[in-house]
This record gives sequence, structure tokens and C-alpha cells, in this order.
Amino acid sequence: MSWAMFVQHLLNGLTLGSLYALIAIGYTMIYGILRLINFAHSEIFMLGAYSVFWGVTLIHLPWPIAVTLGILAVAALGVLVDRVAYRPLRDAPRSSALISAIGVSFFLQNLAIVVFSAIPREVYRPTWLETVILVGDVRVLPLTLLVPVLSFLLMLGLIYIVYKTKAGLGMRAISKDIETSYTMGVPVNRIIALTFGIGSALAAASGIMWALRYPQLQPIMGIIPGFKAFIAAVVGGIGSIQGAVIGGLGLGLVEIMAVATFPELAGYRDALAFVLLIGILLIKPTGLMGVKLEDKL
Amino acid sequence: MKPEVILETRKLTMRFGGLTAVDDFNAKIYKGSIVGLIGPNGAGKTTCFNMISGFYAPSDGRVLFKGADITGTPPHEVCRAGVARTFQNIRLFGNGTVLQNVMVGCHVRQKTSWWQTVLYLPSNLKEEKAIAEKSRGLLKVFGLEHLAGEKAKSLPYGAQRRLEIARALATEPQFLLLDEPAAGMNPQETNELMGFIRDIREQFKLTILLIEHDMKVVMGVCEHMWVLDYGETIAEGPPESIKANPKVIEAYLGEEAIADA
Amino acid sequence: MMERKLKIISNIMATAVLAMFLWWAQTNLGAYHTQILNLIAVNIILALSLNLIYGFTGMFSLGHAGFMAIGAYTCSILIMTPAQKEMLFILQKAYPWVQEAGAPFVVAVVAGGLIAALVGLVVGAPLLRLGDDYLGIATLGFAEIIRVLANNIPRITNGALGFKGIPGYANIWWNFGWCLFALYFIVRIVNSNFGNTLMAIRDDEPAAKAMGINIFRYKLLSFTIGSFFAGIGGALLASLVSTIDPKMFLFTLTFNVLMIVVCGGLGSLTGSVLASIAITILLEWLRFVENPIFIGDFELKGIPGMRMVVFSLALLFIILFRREGLMGMREFRWEWLLGLFRKRGEVK
Ligand SMILES: Nc1ncnc2c1ncn2[C@@H]1O[C@H](COP(=O)(O)OP(=O)(O)O)[C@@H](O)[C@H]1O
Ligand SMILES: [Mg+2]
Repeated sequence: MSWAMFVQHLLNGLTLGSLYALIAIGYTMIYGILRLINFAHSEIFMLGAYSVFWGVTLIHLPWPIAVTLGILAVAALGVLVDRVAYRPLRDAPRSSALISAIGVSFFLQNLAIVVFSAIPREVYRPTWLETVILVGDVRVLPLTLLVPVLSFLLMLGLIYIVYKTKAGLGMRAISKDIETSYTMGVPVNRIIALTFGIGSALAAASGIMWALRYPQLQPIMGIIPGFKAFIAAVVGGIGSIQGAVIGGLGLGLVEIMAVATFPELAGYRDALAFVLLIGILLIKPTGLMGVKLEDKL
Repeated sequence: MKPEVILETRKLTMRFGGLTAVDDFNAKIYKGSIVGLIGPNGAGKTTCFNMISGFYAPSDGRVLFKGADITGTPPHEVCRAGVARTFQNIRLFGNGTVLQNVMVGCHVRQKTSWWQTVLYLPSNLKEEKAIAEKSRGLLKVFGLEHLAGEKAKSLPYGAQRRLEIARALATEPQFLLLDEPAAGMNPQETNELMGFIRDIREQFKLTILLIEHDMKVVMGVCEHMWVLDYGETIAEGPPESIKANPKVIEAYLGEEAIADA
Repeated sequence: MMERKLKIISNIMATAVLAMFLWWAQTNLGAYHTQILNLIAVNIILALSLNLIYGFTGMFSLGHAGFMAIGAYTCSILIMTPAQKEMLFILQKAYPWVQEAGAPFVVAVVAGGLIAALVGLVVGAPLLRLGDDYLGIATLGFAEIIRVLANNIPRITNGALGFKGIPGYANIWWNFGWCLFALYFIVRIVNSNFGNTLMAIRDDEPAAKAMGINIFRYKLLSFTIGSFFAGIGGALLASLVSTIDPKMFLFTLTFNVLMIVVCGGLGSLTGSVLASIAITILLEWLRFVENPIFIGDFELKGIPGMRMVVFSLALLFIILFRREGLMGMREFRWEWLLGLFRKRGEVK
């Protein structure tokens, strides 16, 4: 592999990885608080991408406005999903909420098929994102640089919220112990709603950038990135935001590099993440950083 | 004739991180006796049970049952060997019927296997029928036979406690561990229960180790007891000597002071 | 308590009635309706097996599609003729053993089930130590790995192209025969004391351990039996639909079975049977919504995706408002039916 090629792959891996990371943050925040794998998160990601398509191609909004409105709308949808499908099940057995999440995921996916049809759509891309720049021997799309930088900024913002604001304190309190948080007067439902809002906004941002990078929209486009991001969150230690970021970046890099080094394994690319997941769960049944909850007898 | 030791613990110790929940617990329990393990909340009593019944692997020390070392043996094998237990916070199979709960207890002694069930073999049919009969018999002893078809989780509290003991007896134990069986009962119910425990000891030829957090409750039934406080064995002996032991009084006074505050 | 003999007679009579109905259906129903009956039978098998794993033993497994794929591929390879395989494997030749393999239909179906069971055993041994949602996601991962594998071993599976023209041996008799076998097998297990121990594991693992139950062994056993019948279901399905490829075994397939089991009621076999019938018919009926409808010359456009929208909404509705499903954990018993008649009789 030439040096230029290596840098090229590195950048690609970084781009893919930061997109995973943005989605993984949503999974990890929600799991951290509710112990729920939010299957619908991958559809939130998909709808984020579609929202811009809708705004620009169908309603002819200017691109930046379409992006802003899209993210807001999808964040609101995330909150709505929690309100309708998860909140009534807070006291139910955990697998009930999980089934509900799977149901929402299928519902949104197929609703997208009904509304947008299953035919892949082209996405509008501002031209300045498509002009190739040459840095030495490396050909770079501005997008490839923009995605990691933007993702990084978003994550910084998030970390600020979680560690420096009152709402963030509430989030951390709930993820430690939801029962106690109730009794301590933490507005639990409001903070959970906020968490869904933030997680969904990040997933939407990731979806929008994904659609720019791999410019095709399909109602099922969220499934695979969604699973992989979830796995990244588990690998990084579910519940930890930094872990989700590291897991996402790591998975993106490993995936791109593995396929670049062993092109004959390209067909197995989508299985790689799952193999990784199962491997890790076998070594540590609660994920890499997870703590074991002993059964109190 | 020297009475036979059925269960013995040697230097049994359990550490959770920095916390030593049980420290150097030594006990010899004689066959056919009813003995008690008492101490304030958090003293390490349940942890002792968990080590004896195989739920926790002790950090240190040994458990011997009928002379055989059972330290670190998984719970289901400890049960098979003849040690049964109940739980401090009742753990029934809530969606099963009362009868099914007891039948599950019989399973460990069942000889025929699942595939014989599928093949509809007479030997299996006969054994399943015998198990149902035996379970009904046990329910009768515990005054629960009229509830046989009810869901276990729909039972009133006292009946649930009794069902848990019935279920434990279905495993045909020689040694029975009862974790705070009188918890949540009023003095009269508690008295009845203690009488009942004595009865089943006779009827099923058991040795019983009883955890109780309220010392007064077990004074009447236990022949010998150990007192734990912060994991340490602070006293051991027959009830009379325990009652007079200043260390014990201090431990319990401390707790009452906390409870009153 | 009812006499065992009377129960057996009732069961035999019910089977005879079913046989008569199938006989009637075979001669009087068109291909389309017969196909729906066949799908019902296969869905019952699948739902019963998932209910054994999840509803009765409490293991949240999302890997059904994987086991079905194994059963389907195994059976198809065994029942297609060498000439057929020669034609199918155009991109890459099949391995000689794949090319040569052949067996009668029963054997092929059993082989599909056995290999699925074997894989279930091997995969279950490490995975079943995981709890709840981690088990779900890991088994889902397993099913995805199987699918990716099917895509990447073209000399066995013919890659993304899959198989076409699989012989349609799975007629109404085979399907319902297997369905009854699965029903018998799983009912026997669930109603035995072994079934009680599975229920015990589901309700309270530590207490089950304290009752002397080797939890790991029994979970694995239940999972393996469930995998076996998932494999059988997959094998029958392959012969029934005559075309398989890796795309068929997406998570959606597992979702459908899960939906049936949840709607029928986790821990109720009766519920699984009834929900299989209802949901199979509902899904077929909803197909009309997706296809264009012609009224004279006027065409109402079909709405693709609508079927699953309705379907997933129904699931959400059930999990939110009637979590115990159709039957809760109750089962059909002959005593009920008899009790009904008795009561009528007493009134007279
Ligand atoms: N699995 C565990 N992990 C950590 N600490 C434990 C565990 N089980 C018990 N402990 C601790 O050990 C101490 C003794 O507990 P326990 O045996 O339940 O007390 P008791 O039954 O006498 O009330 C307590 O401080 C408790 O918090
Ligand atoms: Mg205790």
C-alpha cells in the first residue's frame, strides 16, 4: 500500500468512523439511562437523511435551512417515539420495551417505504462539497475532511452538555440510579425526553452527512449503520459517551483498513462488526466497560 | 454416642472488593439439630448462606457437607447433594401454579428424562404422576392443597413463605437453610411458624439452619446459635449464653439506636 | 382432572377432523388458498419453536431467521437433482459433495432440522450465558453472520443468486404432518415436569438453581430443540416457496415470527397456534393493499410497505395495551370444552 493510499484509507476510515460515532452516542446515552437498545435509532438516522431530501427536492428550501429544520424535526420525532412507545413501558419487563423498539423500527422503516417508496433516491449535494482538492498525492473531497471535523465539534458540544449543565447532571444521575433520581426530585421524564432529543439530533446529523458521503437514500439505509453503531457503543463500553466515540472511530477504521488490506474479504464486511460483538460479549458478557450487576439474593 | 456432624464450615470468608462481608466463619452443625445464625442487618448472614449453597464461591475457607468438601460446587449440585434453601426476599416461580412450584422441586430426584416424555413412555408417565402425587402431599402438610391450581404470585404473603419451604422440601434435602422465614410476620404467626419448623424437622428428618435478624424470635427453637456482626462471629453457643453475652447486647443495642434515630 | 384416555381420544378425533378438512381443502381450494394453509402450518411450527425458547424458557433470541436459513439451504441442496444444480451454479461450480448430495424429502427436512439444531447447540453454548437484550443482539448478530456467509460461499449456496426451482414436495400433508409433530413434541415437553423446570428458569433463575436445576444445560436443551424446529420450518418453507436467497432471511423474517408469538401470548402454545392462523391470513389479506386493485378500467394504485406498517402498528398496539397477548399464559384444554357442554347439560 502506498503512502498516499494509506492516508486516503485513513481519511475514509475516519469519516465512516465519526459517522458511526455520532449514531453510537444516541444508543449509548439511551442505553445508559433506560437500559434499552433503541432499535428505532437507525430509522431516526435514515429519516434525518430523508428530511433534507424532502426539504430541498420536494419543498425547494435552501439547503442550510432544510438541514436545520430536518434535524429539529427528527429530534422531535425521537422524543415522540419515547413518549408513545417507551415511556408507558418503563415498569414493564425489559424485553417488552425492546419488542416495542423493534416494532417502532419496523414501523418507521415501512412508513418511509410508503411515503418515499423503496426506490433509492439521489441526494442534492452542494457543489463546493464535491470539488476534489489535491493535498500532495492525496485526493480529498472537502466532505471527507468536513465530516470528522463537524462530528468532533458536535461531540464536544454534547460533552459540554453532559458534564457542565444541570440537565447533564440529571442524565448522569438517572443513569446511575433511576429510582433514587425520582425520589431526589430529578425531572426524570423531561430529562429522558431531552436525551432522546439530543441523541436523535446527532443521529439525524449523521444521516445527513452519510447521505452526502454515500449519496443514495433508501428506507432500509439505517439498518446496517445502526447495528454497527450499536456494536461500536458496546465495544466502547455502553453508557459511556467517550467509549461510543472511540468505538465508532475504531470500528470505522478497522472496517476500511481490513477491506483495504484483504480485498478478498470485502463480502464479509458486514459480518465483521457482529463477529467483533459476539467475540467481545463472550469474553465479557456485559460489554467491554460494562459492570456486572450481581443478583442480590 | 457422639452426634454426627452434618455440615461444617472452616474459616469461611467472603470479600467483596474492600468489604469483608463474612470473616473467618467456623461452625459445626450436628445432625438433627435446629440452629440459628443471627445478627443485625448487613452482618453477613445471607452471604454465609450463599457460600454454603454454592451461589458465591468463598474468597477463603471450606464448606464440608457430610464430610465431603463442597466448596465452590455450583448451586444445583449442592442441592442434589442434599442442601436446600429459601430466600430472604421470596423467590417463587411466579407464573407457575402452586403445584408446579413444588413439582419443580421434585425434578432434581426425577429419574426419567425429557425425551422419555416425548416418547410417551409408561415409565415416565408413571413417574410424572407420582411426582404430582408427592407434591400434593407436601402441599397438604403445609396447608396449601386448596391453592394447588393458583398462580404462585397471586398467593398472600404468608402462603408464599410456606410454599417456598414446601418447594425446598420437595428436593428431599437433609439440610435446610431458611433465610429469615419469619420476616414480615406478626408475633403470633411467627410463633406458629417456629412450631411448624420443629414439626417438619421431625417429619422429614432434617437439620435446619435458620437466619433471623430479630434475636427474640429464634431463642425458643434454636439449640445453638452463631452471632455475626460486620462479618465477624462475635458469639457462639446455646441461647441462654447468647442472651447474656455483652458483645451481643452491644451489637443489638447499636442497631436499635440506629433504628430509633 | 380428566381421564387420560378420554383426552387421547379427543386428540385423535381432533386430528381426524383436521385431516378431513385438509382432504376437503385439497380437492376444493385453489392453489392460492392452499398456499395460505401451507404457510399457516409452517408459521405454527416456527411460532411454537420460538415460544419454547422465549415464551417458556425466557431466552430472548432473535436468531430464528439464521436457523431457518440453515434448514432451508440444507433441505434444498438435498432435494434438488444434480442436473438442476448443474444449471443453477453458473457463476461457480458447486463442490462435488454439494453437487452429489441427494435424499428423499423426509430425510432432507430432518437433516435441515438436525443441522440447525447442531448449530444451535454450538452457538448456544457460549451465547446463552448472556442475559436479556445482549442475548437478543448477539443472536441477531448470529443470524446476520449466517446470511453474510450464505452470500459468500457460492460453491454451496450459489451466493446472492440463491436457488430457484426447488422441488415443491411440501404439500399440505407434509406441512400439517410436521406441524402436528411439532405441536405434539412441544406440548409434551411443556406439560411435563421438564416443562415446569423451563418455566422455573424463565421466572427466577437463582431459585431454579437452588432447586437443583442445571440451568445452563436446560437452557441449551430448550434452545437446541427450538433451533431444530426452526430448521424444520425453514426446510419446509424452502420447498413451499421454491426460491430462496440470502435476502429472504433478513431480520424481517424473525420479526414476523416474534410478532406471532407476542400476539398469541408468550408462554401460550394455544396462542401461538391461533396467532399463526390469524396473522398469516391477515398478512395475505394485506397483500391486496400493496398490489394495484382494478375496478373495471379504473386502477387503484397499491401502496408498497403498507402491509408491514399495519403489521408493526398491530405489534406496538399489543405490546403497549395488551402485553400478555391474545391468550396470556392460558392454554386450551379439553376440560374447558367439556365443561362448557356439562354446564349446558346441567341447565337442562
Ligand atoms: N454480591 C454482593 N456484592 C457486594 N456486596 C455484597 C454482595 N452481597 C452482599 N454484600 C454486602 O455484604 C454485606 C452483608 O450482606 P448480607 O449477607 O446480605 O447481610 P445480612 O443477610 O446479614 O443482612 C452487606 O454489606 C452487603 O452489602
Ligand atoms: Mg440477609
